[in-house]
Amino acid sequence: MAKNLFNKVWDMHCVGRLSSGQDQLFIGLHLIHEVTSPQAFQMLRERGLGVLHPERTFATVDHIVPTASQSRPFSDPLAEAMMQALEKNTKEFGIEFFSLDTDYQGIVHIIGPELGLTQPGMTIACGDSHTATHGAFGAIAFGIGTSQIRDVLATQTMAINRPKVRQIYIKGELQKGVFAKDIILRIMADLGVEGGLGYAYEYTGPTVSRLTMEERMTICNMSIEGGARVGYMNPDQTTFDYLQGRRYSPKGAEFDRAVQFWKDLASPPDAEYDDRFELDASSIEPMVTWGINPGHGIGVTQNMPRVADAPEHEREGIKKAYAHMNFKEGAPILGQKIDVAFIGSCTNGRISDLRDAARVVKGRKVASGVRAFVVPGSKQVARQAREEGLDRIFQEAGFEFRGAGCSMCLAMNPDKLKDDEISASSSNRNFIGRQGSPRGRTLLMSPAMVAAAAVNGRVVDVREYL
Amino acid sequence: MSLPKKDLIKGTGIPVMENDIDTDRIIPARFMKTVTFDGLGNYAFYDARFHEDGSSKGHPFDDPRYRGGSILITGRNFGCGSSREHAPQALQKYGIEAIIGESFAEIFIGNCTSIGIPCVSLNKEDVESLAQLVQENPGTEIQIDLVNKQVRTPEENFYLEINESFRKSLAEGTWDTTAALLQNKEKIEEVYRNLAYIKGFVA
Repeated sequence: MAKNLFNKVWDMHCVGRLSSGQDQLFIGLHLIHEVTSPQAFQMLRERGLGVLHPERTFATVDHIVPTASQSRPFSDPLAEAMMQALEKNTKEFGIEFFSLDTDYQGIVHIIGPELGLTQPGMTIACGDSHTATHGAFGAIAFGIGTSQIRDVLATQTMAINRPKVRQIYIKGELQKGVFAKDIILRIMADLGVEGGLGYAYEYTGPTVSRLTMEERMTICNMSIEGGARVGYMNPDQTTFDYLQGRRYSPKGAEFDRAVQFWKDLASPPDAEYDDRFELDASSIEPMVTWGINPGHGIGVTQNMPRVADAPEHEREGIKKAYAHMNFKEGAPILGQKIDVAFIGSCTNGRISDLRDAARVVKGRKVASGVRAFVVPGSKQVARQAREEGLDRIFQEAGFEFRGAGCSMCLAMNPDKLKDDEISASSSNRNFIGRQGSPRGRTLLMSPAMVAAAAVNGRVVDVREYL
Repeated sequence: MSLPKKDLIKGTGIPVMENDIDTDRIIPARFMKTVTFDGLGNYAFYDARFHEDGSSKGHPFDDPRYRGGSILITGRNFGCGSSREHAPQALQKYGIEAIIGESFAEIFIGNCTSIGIPCVSLNKEDVESLAQLVQENPGTEIQIDLVNKQVRTPEENFYLEINESFRKSLAEGTWDTTAALLQNKEKIEEVYRNLAYIKGFVA
């Protein structure tokens, strides 16, 4: 049996076995942001350590940036202090920083691919759980904590246990109105939020091959929501076409050599896996979450589960979810009223997401009483959207079109739910309190579904609006 | 760097018996607007503990029966979601020294280990009996023995599971990895020089 991509890339980067039994893994690309890195730099200072390969680390600012006005100093002094710490740290240690003063600032998982920093065959680490996004290119990418950021800065390596690999084979045509987001929400619903513990997910099969790079990123992005720290796809012509001509992509003859190398990385047909799961994409409906974790997703025409029908080990969790959501068990999700519509995040803040949403919004108005806003994932996405006139489509409909950042995905900036508001959100987590109000409620769905919910003031089936 | 061995941890328990407790629950994002980990202990489980007017919701962390507890007992997939090390830091600063659960999210368990908090797994039945024991007798001393892989109470002993590399590094006091990684500087540079994308994809 042949090696899959995961094991090929891991072996190339493995420095050796530590006495603990963990592997010492070289990290080819390290991405940092303002929330999880300042303490790591402080630890370096306390120990008198430097950054071993500052040219392999890149920084941006995303989590705390306000999206209404991005002028400095920020009105929130805590956010301003975090911004200043990142400025100081990147300057002192010689790290490239895509700040708000550049054209390339944005959510870390959006700018890496956009700049061509993310490439097949790399190991990529970032102090953010959605780092698996970069796996869409055939990289092994995963989230790490602050102590591990310290290790990567100091040694360009980290101590880590090698996970097993599960192949997720997806076949079948997607129905109209069903998007990459629906595929991953369906995988979460089928395998559960802890189904991926101990695994890296390789998403493969004919459906995956037909997806664009942006769609692939949406799927890999949410691997962690299913418990898998790593999610990736095999690189192919779609990957190479995306990478050609980007700022940090190889150029000229080097690009040609790179493509040959990248092709050889892909898992061969006889590659070995520890487990396999198969999904028929034609059976997927537009998905909506009704509960408090991303595994609580159902097709938009389905009813919410009844506690008594759930497996015994899930009942307490479902009861807890209903207690927070204040929904009636067994009721339809279709028609559920919403207060806020949020389009953005590292899951769905790319240009194709904005296009999909704008197609639904065009010529329609946001329902009265709904606060609706679009937060592009990066300055480049915002620029492209303006060039295509998408900003005007959204604004004419009554959406706000904001500056780039993480925004209401995790509400570390001023964008927050109030009280027990319900948001239709294209983000990745519906955890209790996630969107800034401890009583706030989040319904995860695709950007097009959010757009359709925004103009109706309630959850609708986007298939009727395309 | 010399670190204490975490081979045997003794303390009383705090049962927080739910599954899929995410790190946003453990430390809400608004408390992460800081460039240090100082003071996070006050905000551990904040929204699960307090109503918006500041009154108590009666969370186990505020239950007088469990006061002084240092061993968190929980369910399945504890620490899922965000990679924020602020979560284990908040628990540690609150006074949690070890976590016993059915299973743990991977990034979370790595973060806990790297700051010296053992996360050990018991099977579902055993976690439930342990939690029940603590609920009935809150002052019960619990011992987590990483050498013999046992959770012990005066009533009953349980077999614990933990990844062997985590067990070894905690029990031996070598869980801070930076020094060990730095020892292999030459090999790091060798791997680096041989990477295709560093060599310009020249064979």
